[in-house]
Amino acid sequence: MDNNIEHSLEQITTLFDSQRLAVLSTQSQDQPYASLVAFAADDNLEHIFFLTPNTTRKYENLITNPKIAILVNNSLNQADDIYKAVSVTGIGSAAVVETSDKTQLLNMYLKKHPHLKGFSKATTTAFICVAMKRYFMVNQFQNVVEIQVK
Amino acid sequence: MKPVLKIEDFINNGIDQVGGKAFCLAKIHEMGFIVPQTVCIPCQIYNNYLKHTPLKDTILLEINRKPFKHMRWEEIWDISLRIRNLFLTTPIPQNIQKDLFSLIVESCGNNPVAVRSSAPGEDNAASSFAGLHDSFLNIIGANNIIKHIKLVWASLYSDAALLYRKELGLDIHNSQMAVVIQELIPSDRSGIFFGINPSNLNESVIESVYGLNQALVDGDVEPDRWILSQSSGKILSHIEPVRKQYAYPNTEGVGFADLSKEKNQKAPLDNQEVFQIWETGREMEALFGRPQDMEWTFCKNQLIILQSRPITSAGFKESDDKRTWYLTLHRSYENLKKLYIKIEQHLIPQMIAEAKRLGQINFQTMTTKLLCQEIEQRQKIYDHWVKVYWADFIPFAHGIRLFGQVYNDAVTPDDPYEFMALLENTGLKSIERNRLLERLAKMIRNNIDLKNMLENDLIPEMDHPFRSLLDKFVEEFGDLSCSTGSGNECQYGDNGIIRLLIEFAKQPPKQKHIDGSDIKLLKENYIHSFPAQKKKFAADVLHLGRESYRLRDDDNIHLGRIEARLIESVSEGQSRLSDPLISTDEQRMLAQIPALSMVPDDASRSLEPALSDKTSKRWFKFRQIVGHPAGPGIATGKARLIKNPQDLLDFKQGDVLVCSGVDPNMTFVIPLASAVVEERGGMLIHGAIIAREYGLPCITGASQAMQLIENDDQITVDGYLGIITCKTDEL
Repeated sequence: MDNNIEHSLEQITTLFDSQRLAVLSTQSQDQPYASLVAFAADDNLEHIFFLTPNTTRKYENLITNPKIAILVNNSLNQADDIYKAVSVTGIGSAAVVETSDKTQLLNMYLKKHPHLKGFSKATTTAFICVAMKRYFMVNQFQNVVEIQVK
Repeated sequence: MKPVLKIEDFINNGIDQVGGKAFCLAKIHEMGFIVPQTVCIPCQIYNNYLKHTPLKDTILLEINRKPFKHMRWEEIWDISLRIRNLFLTTPIPQNIQKDLFSLIVESCGNNPVAVRSSAPGEDNAASSFAGLHDSFLNIIGANNIIKHIKLVWASLYSDAALLYRKELGLDIHNSQMAVVIQELIPSDRSGIFFGINPSNLNESVIESVYGLNQALVDGDVEPDRWILSQSSGKILSHIEPVRKQYAYPNTEGVGFADLSKEKNQKAPLDNQEVFQIWETGREMEALFGRPQDMEWTFCKNQLIILQSRPITSAGFKESDDKRTWYLTLHRSYENLKKLYIKIEQHLIPQMIAEAKRLGQINFQTMTTKLLCQEIEQRQKIYDHWVKVYWADFIPFAHGIRLFGQVYNDAVTPDDPYEFMALLENTGLKSIERNRLLERLAKMIRNNIDLKNMLENDLIPEMDHPFRSLLDKFVEEFGDLSCSTGSGNECQYGDNGIIRLLIEFAKQPPKQKHIDGSDIKLLKENYIHSFPAQKKKFAADVLHLGRESYRLRDDDNIHLGRIEARLIESVSEGQSRLSDPLISTDEQRMLAQIPALSMVPDDASRSLEPALSDKTSKRWFKFRQIVGHPAGPGIATGKARLIKNPQDLLDFKQGDVLVCSGVDPNMTFVIPLASAVVEERGGMLIHGAIIAREYGLPCITGASQAMQLIENDDQITVDGYLGIITCKTDEL
């Protein structure tokens, strides 16, 4: 089982390293909403970060209801994605980063997305950290594993 | 490119378009040898068919559902069956079909033809694997020819081809298939020529039968065999079989008939003809630069070359795995008919008599010396029957597959497993056993005093009807906690069978829901799909399939009884060995018996998966596990992992049976189960057979289910999709 968890975490790390974008799900008043974000994760996969203008619906939603889901996958819009692609859904709680280590975390984030440096500096841009609770990884069509991270 | 090429155009279009078989035939034709009239459907047509239908993506999905390395041969066969059905049920797009149809009418008219595979790469020196892809004889009419072209295309994904996919370089993105259509030669005599005898490189081999070659290739008719000097063609020996039958073109297919008395006595070839074939074979070798495996036929004393391909040493025979054996499981209808008679009329009665005879021997009064002899004798008997099981019983299970193929070819159903419904209710021994269990449970259900007595570990006296029936059950099937058939020695152990019966009695008997009218309709529709002349064949294959299905389960019960007799004697030996009063001589004698000196196989060796560390903040759980759907339906229950036979006795109503492999000696708990999950794959494994008999959801081929699921996990078994969902903590 320990091998399984390690192997699965490695697979998730590999997937996260290979993908720039993730689909973020937020909700407000029973209405789910999906949007695309440029994400980065920390080494132990306990946190996922992204930037968003604070005027957006996703921002509005996550401030009201911090419980979010985020999906990363490596499909190529081909028929064989259905068994070749790996897809990971994570659930967790989102919050604006306002702590003292914001600069350090933002640097880590910008290492993956250097072209967003200007975007990150805007006054209206919020740097969001999601404390991850659980991951769900789907591969080989319908094999699903769950990993509780916190 | 034209959808139908003439032989004169084969070489110009190249081997990549016409495939190895067609290309070689064209070369043989070009050299002036006589070959049957031949046309070819080039690979381009196959590619267009795939391109303009959803077939390619569907095949990809089928093939990639599970990693091949986790699949048993039976699962590969299942995939192949499903892909074959996809080809049958996916129409050729109208624009391709129209041209194909008119050109086939023009080329073949209403003459009988052979439809054969001609894959690029097939029949070349690197991958000459005979029999990987299908050929069909005596096909008449353009629509029927087109149907068989699709079946030849489908055989690109035959189970044999999938087994050898690496050697063949099978890759759906690039693999393709041409089809050769040849006039059917009304053969007087036919055979094969092998340029080099695999067991002696200085020799060549000729085999010959009367009639069509199919009988020889399928092993249905034993051929005359000549061993020749490879260099001079001199006959070194001639092995004559008992000549009985020959194959001939029957109403769409091949029929068998008895040879005349004259032919019974006379070899199909005279010495001059043997030499002529050898000489032709040598010319083929010169043409293609390698010793050849050539099929030929004589029609009106004229030698006609049907095909020729290089002999390779890299064929099946040299593989060091079990694939060669798997391929021997493909048996022709004729072969299976003979096997059925052998099993039903000889082997099973012998097994029953053997088990009965052994059961009557009272070895408890034997001296230790005699007991040792008895154990050794029983070991030999058991080993013999295990060999028979592998040699005859397992191959006979192919009867189910043969029926499935015949059914699907004729009916072309959307569900490739529709045929399974016609195999159920064949009177399995295990169902008979379970019925007896239910009768005992009913007695408990209806008699509160008996129930109380049993719950207090009291067994009724011998004259009590429950006791009589229980004794009868144990005599026939064992007490379930020991092993099958070991009734004489079992003292109802720890009352496992009683616990089980009390559990059975807790709820009304499980009824199997069979809609008789649907089955009747299905059967009528199946028989109706055949022309009048073939209806008897259809009914015979159905009968063979049903018997194959029944014996697939029953033979294990019979073998289990013989094994139980061996175990009885071994138990007696073990008991004497542990007796402190035993003499040194006796101890030495017993210790020399292998069955007693071996460390017992630890059947209860823990398969316990490493416990997930739920105390840490991180935990891991499989949420969904994918197997193959093997019994439709959906059910949720607590997982009960079966690691050893004793676990079965703790089975509770509504549990989901999870096991690595069930044999029929273990399926008595199925009426208690809400669903069945088996790690072993395939539609025909015992767990699947018995689950279907009870109409339970069943998933097979759930690799590592025993590691990924834990006892008492709440799991949902989706027998429609083949997905097991494990309940995990709420989000």
